[in-house]
Amino acid sequence: MKFFNSLAALAVLGATAVVHVASAATLDDVMKKGFIQCGVSQGLPGFSNPDEKGNWTGIDIDVCRAVAAAVFGDANQVKYTPLSAKVRFTALQSGEIDILSRNTTWTLTRDTSLGLNFAGVNYYDGQGFMVPKKLGVKSAKELDGAAVCTNLGTTTELNMSDYFAANKMKYTPVVFEKADEVVAAYDAGRCDVYTTDRSGLAAQRLKMKDPDAHTVLPETISKEPLGPVVRHGDDQWLDIVKWTLFAMVEAEEQGITSKNVDDKLKSDNPATKRLLGVEGDMGEKLGLSNKWIYNIVKQVGNYGESFDKHVGPNTPLKLTRGVNALWNKGGLMYPMPIR
Amino acid sequence: MNNPDPALFGSAPPKPSIWNDPFYRSLFFQFSAFVVVVLLGKYLFDNTTENMARQGIASGFGFMGSVSGFDVTSSLVEYNASSTYGQAFLVGLLNTLLVSAVSIFLATMIGFVIGIARLSSNWLIAKMATVYIEVLRNIPLLLQIFFWYFAVLRPLPSPRQSLDMFDIAFINNRGLYLPSPVFGDLAIWVLIALVVAIVAIVFLTRWAKRKQDETGETFPLFLTSVGLLIGLPLLALVVTGFPVHWEMPVLQGFNFRGGLTLIPEFVALTLALSTYTAAFIAEVVRAGIQAVPKGQTEAANALGLRSGVILRQVIIPQAMRVIIPPLTNQYLNLTKNSSLAAAIAYPDLVLIFAGTVLMQTGQAVEIIFITMAVYLLISLSIALFMNWYNKRMMLVER
Ligand SMILES: N[C@@H](CCC(=O)N[C@@H](CS)C(=O)NCC(=O)O)C(=O)O
Repeated sequence: MKFFNSLAALAVLGATAVVHVASAATLDDVMKKGFIQCGVSQGLPGFSNPDEKGNWTGIDIDVCRAVAAAVFGDANQVKYTPLSAKVRFTALQSGEIDILSRNTTWTLTRDTSLGLNFAGVNYYDGQGFMVPKKLGVKSAKELDGAAVCTNLGTTTELNMSDYFAANKMKYTPVVFEKADEVVAAYDAGRCDVYTTDRSGLAAQRLKMKDPDAHTVLPETISKEPLGPVVRHGDDQWLDIVKWTLFAMVEAEEQGITSKNVDDKLKSDNPATKRLLGVEGDMGEKLGLSNKWIYNIVKQVGNYGESFDKHVGPNTPLKLTRGVNALWNKGGLMYPMPIR
Repeated sequence: MNNPDPALFGSAPPKPSIWNDPFYRSLFFQFSAFVVVVLLGKYLFDNTTENMARQGIASGFGFMGSVSGFDVTSSLVEYNASSTYGQAFLVGLLNTLLVSAVSIFLATMIGFVIGIARLSSNWLIAKMATVYIEVLRNIPLLLQIFFWYFAVLRPLPSPRQSLDMFDIAFINNRGLYLPSPVFGDLAIWVLIALVVAIVAIVFLTRWAKRKQDETGETFPLFLTSVGLLIGLPLLALVVTGFPVHWEMPVLQGFNFRGGLTLIPEFVALTLALSTYTAAFIAEVVRAGIQAVPKGQTEAANALGLRSGVILRQVIIPQAMRVIIPPLTNQYLNLTKNSSLAAAIAYPDLVLIFAGTVLMQTGQAVEIIFITMAVYLLISLSIALFMNWYNKRMMLVER
């Protein structure tokens, strides 16, 4: 009945016009209702996943929490809407959510014809292939004729079609609406290969009967810059989300963590003073309090802390920083200057 | 009151004013309702287009001609990643029609058997039919689809350990692999023979009915028909020297290639839809049979007819009048329920068109509109056909 979800969302698009779709001032709306409605996955460990107590955690969750900390001074003022890959954009377009923070790849089509804007990248990823070890496959080039399981409504569908065509190989796609069914079907042997973002593979393998029986092939067949998305046409809200991301990375670059942020308030480094709102009016320029970055770092942490806590080497996902390291440590995380 | 007042009965009653005339009144209300609906529709349409334009959401139907760039699991027509979205639509539509048609056929078969079994005088059979009905119609269909899918999938071996059936068919967890016929030029004669057989059966049926009406003699119609249907094409095959060869599925790399493939998604969805709907059809059939007065059975018994003949010639034809309208409902439900296919990756209209194509183009409004229109059209066609069939069944009645 997912079909009818989309239908309902469309009805909203048609009918909410009475009061113009919450296109303009999302900040005002959010202030009025007192929380941010954040669209997340239906459960992807490390990115957005409810823990045993039902609290959502993950690096995508931290983005929403950071925006809430910046806007309200309280990272807990967030409500979550779990969305399948298929319905996520309609949920954002129709105003059901304020931010989509759900391992979503930034592409030209999504940025333009869907009426959305990407606020940045919080995880640089690429698509990979997972196979059962017992298949004995060592490279994606050996996958001619394979059955490949994946998710409906993802960049994955097109990438694999391109990849197999470019390498003159045949394959059978098996496409499921929900991520859990992809895992179940792959686990039941319906497919030789499971393909999605490499980070997604690392997360989803945790749900399998025997996670160690599978291996990820060395090839990365696409670029998957994952980041938060907002509606087109609300520049202020876009700025807030964009600069919240930068602020988390900038805090890491300056060595400000949730542990030492109170000490750093006494720092006499002008950049740190500006960042934490001791001096200057960076927050006001965004329509926020000047304490915004202090609140983000204090309550959520900097980018590196968030990464290590949810997806880093000491988590079940065991992902290394790789290209997600800071720009001055050989990675791609390069925050624009906050000044 | 002996002399009725001529003013009341002789001439027409006095004309009420236009405001009180029931005809004009209803005309007025219907017209206003119509105007309100049209205005509301226009309002929604304008708002949607305006909202979409303001948010920069693409619109229009031009996308149907663009290259799709994605592949599908299985298709009844030629399709690959360089086909258009329009062709992807066709693939989805045909897959929806295929699974619906096969499931409707099977559901009807199973439904009639269970419905009749439920009325059986054999306690065990009747109870088993009741249990079937109560269990299947009280479990959500989606769960049943998952059940069948994983029940079909889990026990099956991987392609390299396929179950081999006489080297002709192979079963593994990727599907059922069958040889597919490849026809030579002369094979057209086999087709012609088949058409001839069908035409012959039609005439034979009429002739046998007339003969029975006139003389009371029966003719073994069923056996003769089966004989014709198999015999004539077979004869054509022999005469033309077997212009057909079989393409065998061969294990190559990861899986079998060549031949025909029935994917597990199709099998599971068909099983789920047909067994689930059969439970409802069984109840419809039971109700229909029970609606036929008991006297009919007793009369037929008194004539000395056998119970099979009574069922087929006396009860069912009369029960059909009661059965067909609710049966139509079940067919419509089944077709609409087939849209749950996306849950288990069966590439139907909803998965391919309202799923992948919608995601790829972002044109939700147009695509949902087309999809709704298609389901409406399919439903209307089924309803029209069943109405026609219903009328025909009525005419047979005296
Ligand atoms: N980054 C890709 C794929 C995103 C995606 O949906 N991935 C799946 C597989 S890792 C997922 O998040 N599943 C979790 C869920 O649906 O809850 C995209 O934006 O299209």
